[in-house]
Amino acid sequence: MGLVYALIAAGLSLIFGLMELVNFAHGEFLMVAMYVTFFAWSLAHLDPVVALPLAALALAGLGWAVYHGIIRWVLGGPMLAQVFATFGLAVLLRAGAQFVWGVDFRVVKDPWLAGRVSLGGVFVGLPQLAASALALAAFVALWWFLARTETGLALMATAQDRQAAALMGIDTQRMFALGWAIGSACVGVAGGLLAMFYYVFPEVGGVFALIAYVTVALGGFGNVPATLLAGVLVGLVEVFAGLLISPAMKYAVVFLLYLAVVLWRPLGLFGRF
Amino acid sequence: MKRAALVVLLLAALAFPAVFTLPFPRHVMIMIFLYGSLAVAWNILAGYCGQISLGHAVFFGIGAYTSTLLVARAGVSPWLGMLAGAVLAVIVSQAVGFPVFRLRGHYFAIATIAVGEIVQTLFINWDWAGGARGVFVPIRRPDSFVNFQFNESKAVYYYIALGLLLLGLAVTRRLEGSRPGYYFRAIREDQEAAASLGVHVAREKLRAMALSAALTALGGTFYAQYLLFIDPEAVFPLSLSILICLVSVLGGVGTLWGPVVGAAVLVPLSEYTRVWLGGTGKALDLVIYGALIVLVAVAQPSGLVGLARRLGRRSPPGQ
Repeated sequence: MGLVYALIAAGLSLIFGLMELVNFAHGEFLMVAMYVTFFAWSLAHLDPVVALPLAALALAGLGWAVYHGIIRWVLGGPMLAQVFATFGLAVLLRAGAQFVWGVDFRVVKDPWLAGRVSLGGVFVGLPQLAASALALAAFVALWWFLARTETGLALMATAQDRQAAALMGIDTQRMFALGWAIGSACVGVAGGLLAMFYYVFPEVGGVFALIAYVTVALGGFGNVPATLLAGVLVGLVEVFAGLLISPAMKYAVVFLLYLAVVLWRPLGLFGRF
Repeated sequence: MKRAALVVLLLAALAFPAVFTLPFPRHVMIMIFLYGSLAVAWNILAGYCGQISLGHAVFFGIGAYTSTLLVARAGVSPWLGMLAGAVLAVIVSQAVGFPVFRLRGHYFAIATIAVGEIVQTLFINWDWAGGARGVFVPIRRPDSFVNFQFNESKAVYYYIALGLLLLGLAVTRRLEGSRPGYYFRAIREDQEAAASLGVHVAREKLRAMALSAALTALGGTFYAQYLLFIDPEAVFPLSLSILICLVSVLGGVGTLWGPVVGAAVLVPLSEYTRVWLGGTGKALDLVIYGALIVLVAVAQPSGLVGLARRLGRRSPPGQ
C-alpha cells in the first residue's frame, strides 16, 4: 500500500517540483484512472494488468490537456488562483464522473491476480503484492527516466531553475507539459493497480489525495526519491496504527505523524533550503 | 456618495424579510450572510495576514459543537455556548497556530488540512459528543430569545445572521486602519522585511488567527441553532474549509467587501442550481460549480472586487 501511495505522491511531487504548484485535482486524476481501468475491463475485457499502459497513456493525455487548457494560464498568477483552478477542476471531475457514470460502487470481478499467498507465514493478497511490485517497478522507471535520459535531465533542470534552463535552450513550456503528462501517468499506473483490489466510485480520490499531499510534504516537495521513502513510511504507519490503536483512527495518526515531522523539519524529512 | 449607497444597501437588507415572506428567499439570504461572515473571518487571516488556512472548518465545528453539547447535555443557553465556543476556538487556534505558523506557503496549507482531518476523525470517534451520528439540539417551544430557537419564522435568524456579518465587517474595517492591520499586511507582503522592521511576526500571526477563529466559531454556533442538528460530516469537512476560502477568493482576497460579494454570488448560485438541477443524483449542479471555479481562477484571479476596480479605473466618473 505504501508503494502505491508513493507512486501517487510521486506524480504530485514531480509537478510541484517543476512549477511550485499543488495539484488539488490529483485524487480525481486517480479516480479517472480507476474508471479507465474498470471500463477497459468491462467493455473490452482487458485485465487491469494489461490495461495498465492504457491507463497511464490516458492519464498522460489528461495531464497534458489540463496543463494546456488551464494551468498555463494561472502559472503566473497568485498561489490562491492556482489552488482554486485545480480545486475547481477536482470538483468538476468528481461531479462529472457522478454525472456520467453514477454513484454506484464498481468492482473489477475475477482479475487474473486474485487470492492470497503466504510470505513466511504472513498472508498477503496477491493483487496487493503485485501492485506493490509494479509500483516499485514504475518508480524505478521514473527515477531512471529522470536521472539517466536527456529529456529527464532537462526536466530536472527546469525544476531547479526555470530561467537558467530556458537560457540553455530548453523549451520550458514543453517541459511543463511533459511534467504534467508524466506526473499524471504515475497516477494512471497507481489507479490501474488500485482498481485491482479497490472499489471504483466518483469520490474515491478524496482520501488518497489527502494521503498523497501528506506524503509529498513529508518527503519534501519536489524530491522524488524522498517521496518513495515517505510513502512507505506512511503506509507502514497506517497499517500499524490500524492494528495497534484502532482502524478508525489510522488516518488521524498519519496526519499527526506529518504534523510532528514538519514541526521538527519544516520542509519535510529530506527538505533542503 | 459611497456612504449613501451603503446606507441604502443596509436599509434594503433590514427591510428584506418584510418584503419576502416565503422561507426560501429568506433561507438564501441567511446563507449568504452566514458564508459571508465566515469568509470575512477567514479573510482576516488569509487575506490580510497572508496565511492561507485550509482548516477553518475546525473553528466552525468547535463553535457548533461547544454550544450544542452545552445545551444538549447541560441545558446552557446557546448564547453563552456561542461565547464559550468562541473562547474555545481561540484557545485551540493558539495551540494549533503556535507550531503550525512556523511553516510557510504550501506546507502551512497542508498542515492546516491535516489538523482539520485529525479533528474530524476525533469527533467521529468521540461517542460522548454523538460520534458519527451527530447531536440534535433539543427543540424548545415556544420560541424564545434565550433558547436561540425560532421555529415559527426565519426572520429572527435572518437578523442574527446579518448581525454576525456586520460584526465581522466592523472588525475588518477597524483592522484596516489599525496598527495590527498594518502589521498583518506587512507580514503578508514580506515576512522577513516585516520582522526586520520590528514586527513580532509570530505574535501578530497568532493574533490574526485568534480573531479569525473566534468569528468563525460564532458562525458555527449560528449554524447549529439554525439547523438544530450537527454531525462531523456537516461541520468539519475539508470541503467546508475550502468553500469558505472560495467565497473570499471569488469576491476578492484581502479586501473589505470581497467576501460579501463572493457570498452574494456563490451562495445563490449553489442554492438555486441545487434546487433546479440537484436531486437527480447526477450532480449537474456541482459540474457547473466546478467549471465556474476554474473559469474564475483562470480569467480573474483577483476576484470580482478586483474586476470592479479595474472597470472603475477604466472609466473614472466625470469623464
